[in-house]
Amino acid sequence: MVSIMIKKLINSLKEYDSKADTEHRSKKLFGLAALYNTPNEIITAAADVAGKGYEKFDVYTPYPMHGMDDAMGMKSSKVGYVSFALGLTGMCLALLMIWWMSSVNYPNIIGGKPFFALPASIPITFEGTVLLTGIATVLGVLILFNQLPKINSPLNDTDFMKRVTSDKFGLVINADDEKFIDADVRKLFLSGGAFEVQEIYYRETNLGIKTPIFDGKFISIIFATAILTAIITYVTLNIVLYDVVPFDWMWNQAKINSQSKSDFFPNKAGMREPVNGTVARGFLPYEYKGMPDSSVKLLSNPLAVSRKVLERGQERFNIYCSPCHGYFGEGDGRMRDQFPKPPSLHNQKVLNWPDGNIFHVITNGQNVMPSYAEQVPVDDRWAIIHYIRALQRSKNASDEDLTKSK
Amino acid sequence: MSFDSTYTRELPLVEAKKSFKEIDEVIALPTETKPTKGWWIAFSISSTALLIGAFCLSLTFYYGIGMWGNNNPVGWAFDIINFVFWIGIGHAGTLISAILFLFRQKWRTGIARFAEAMTIFAVMTAGIFPIIHTGRPWLAGYLLPLPNQNGVWVNFSSPLLWDVFAVSTYFTISFLFWGLGLVPDLATLRDKTTSKIKKTIYSVLSLGWTNSNRNWSNYERAYLILAGISTPLVLSVHTIVSFDFAVSVLPGWHTTIFPPYFVAGAIFSGFGMVSTVLILVRKVFNMEHIITIGHLEKMNKILLATGMMVGYAYGMEFFIAWYSGNTFEQFVFINRAFGPYAWTYWTMVSCNVIFPQLFWFKKVRRSIPITMVLVILVNVGMWFERFVIIVTSLHRDFLPSSWAMYYPTLVDLGLLLGSFGFFFTFLLLFLKTLPLVSISEIKAVVEGAQPTIHPLPGGNGQHHD
Ligand code: HEC
Repeated sequence: MVSIMIKKLINSLKEYDSKADTEHRSKKLFGLAALYNTPNEIITAAADVAGKGYEKFDVYTPYPMHGMDDAMGMKSSKVGYVSFALGLTGMCLALLMIWWMSSVNYPNIIGGKPFFALPASIPITFEGTVLLTGIATVLGVLILFNQLPKINSPLNDTDFMKRVTSDKFGLVINADDEKFIDADVRKLFLSGGAFEVQEIYYRETNLGIKTPIFDGKFISIIFATAILTAIITYVTLNIVLYDVVPFDWMWNQAKINSQSKSDFFPNKAGMREPVNGTVARGFLPYEYKGMPDSSVKLLSNPLAVSRKVLERGQERFNIYCSPCHGYFGEGDGRMRDQFPKPPSLHNQKVLNWPDGNIFHVITNGQNVMPSYAEQVPVDDRWAIIHYIRALQRSKNASDEDLTKSK
Repeated sequence: MSFDSTYTRELPLVEAKKSFKEIDEVIALPTETKPTKGWWIAFSISSTALLIGAFCLSLTFYYGIGMWGNNNPVGWAFDIINFVFWIGIGHAGTLISAILFLFRQKWRTGIARFAEAMTIFAVMTAGIFPIIHTGRPWLAGYLLPLPNQNGVWVNFSSPLLWDVFAVSTYFTISFLFWGLGLVPDLATLRDKTTSKIKKTIYSVLSLGWTNSNRNWSNYERAYLILAGISTPLVLSVHTIVSFDFAVSVLPGWHTTIFPPYFVAGAIFSGFGMVSTVLILVRKVFNMEHIITIGHLEKMNKILLATGMMVGYAYGMEFFIAWYSGNTFEQFVFINRAFGPYAWTYWTMVSCNVIFPQLFWFKKVRRSIPITMVLVILVNVGMWFERFVIIVTSLHRDFLPSSWAMYYPTLVDLGLLLGSFGFFFTFLLLFLKTLPLVSISEIKAVVEGAQPTIHPLPGGNGQHHD
């Protein structure tokens, strides 16, 4: 199957090639071509042709020949301008890219250095300049200046071309030059020492609309290849290689995950348990856990009262306690009718309690009120207690308090 | 001109037109004939080495870079040694094609194309190592500042990133330079070949080039510009490679001499490799008339010069270590020369500095067997230079408690072997498929190729001899 396809392809190549030489030539003259033997002959002939006022002519030499540009009256090449312009662009783009990425779009502190520094940007800026200059030069000279690729130029596949790419020197005057007169040109060539003059005809593809690139078959092959490549890439990356070592983004690792079984340990558990009695940092156990409040003998509130502490206490109280106890500790929180109503925090019992008892309720819980030890760190608890005291005093303010607050 | 006659003296033909044809024949011959037995032997050796390398690489990918000998103090080892080694080898090609071009050294034409091809393959080989040493090379896209879902960019102040830009620019420019030079030659092959398939391939690759002088004029200007930008580029590449080390604060790496020292070393090792391969190639493909002993002698002179520059750098590093009065710096250098890796240091010094001194003698410079031995030693010495720089600086750092020795594993050695296989496989394929000497450039320097008169349009021109 494949071999048949390859054979067909090879045959079609052969056919195409043989046709190109004969059948595809039209009757329209492209120009007259002369062949010379020596460098001196060709350079004199070129100067002659240029001197006679022909404009659409060109010299064909197997290698670049010194002085030929002057002989043909050509201006020096302008490739350099393109290179320079794009080189400058490359420099600016690189610098702009570094500046924008590292100090505007995602400023990232690296080693305490400035987001953008010129010295550190020089290497990449330089490489960017060179890269764009080089690409511009090569693409510029080939595509812009020399108008390549032009595989079906009328000159290609001619006997003339075969000679000038090897060892002869050629001169072609185009038939569409204003001064072109067949006989004159021939005379000019022969008097200049040409040993052969050939007619070059256009190809049919040069004249007609027959452009092989837009051939239906060609385009459909390109399309088919593109779609096939896309499908193969998708399947390989997302189906075949998905979850396969080593392309699995290290999901599969030679280690025991938590909660998984391990035959290595006698109890078959992958996780290790801490030694009995281990206390994690910052997690000192509460010594009155589960005891009645009468047994609690805690020190008084270690935090001094300050605006900051009271504000912290208010904030925490509003977050953690107000849902049940209400914003003012009156037992009318937002949870009413959904949860047993807590007693007011302004009752005599709580008013008379030392701070340690309130601490005990927050830490240990009391009957239906759960423990808040997990959510509220120790210092915050004391801050809340200060705030509760402030609430209590505000409900039972004495005359003195009122005058003082003036 | 004496340079021009180098070629004609040995091409036994007087008439320019005949010798042009013969140049075509000689240079195109390898591309037109079936590979010889010698080529097949060389190819099977190099592709076996390549396969071994590929096997070691798959082991590395599957099990991770733990397969290598890298350990805690020596976090960079064979991977970076090989990278610097190969990228250095590439530098000779650009030097020959660009710097010698700017200096109008016409003898370069015989070896430029080949050396440029070597550059490309050497950079390709080098490029493998930094990519695989990350462990997950399929994520190498993140080396470039491409937009990604994390919204974060690369670190533009890291020399490792400069390296990414330098090496990829270097590869691109070398490739374009080489490709541009190939276009006219491919046109010659296109018009020479009798095979239809080859003709189609050459037609496409030569882009329909016609040897028109209006094209040549632009082409030559472009060539000059490319040579002009490649020259600072080649210097920048190894400078930036040396920054990978010099910008760190490790004694033994943190020195200002590194950029010039690395560039000189790169050219030195590159010429060593070019000579090694050219000596074989000119013999195998019967190109002794185009790649002459004169060429080899000139390259040997460059080897002598760059070898002494490298020797100067070795000496200067020691001097500065002493002169700086920094105990850590002094320790590193004494440890290099007399510590556990002393043998690598002395291998390096003798191969790079001492043996090349033989090139002072004209007899040695023009003797092919001795040159061959010496250039192979240069290759060995330059590989060890990178070993010395990387491993001896890392293995004993500030804290004696973290000192350790580094030993390569079999996988490391397999990858080194594989890198040679990769390089030579590409090189051998190149030798069989493309003209290994620039046909159009060689023709242009044959005696009698350039006109002796320079007329201007209208006739009034100047004559000169
Ligand atoms: C889920 C609702 C809820 C939350 C939230 C809550 N409590 Fe209670 N609290 C109660 C209930 C219900 C009682 C009554 C328990 C009982 O029956 O003894 C109570 C009792 C108390 C008492 C004892 C009152 C007494 O008279 O016995 C204090 C003090 C107290 N809570 C403080 C707090 C503090 C401080 C917070 C915030 C950290 C808080 N509570 C959060 C529901 C809650």
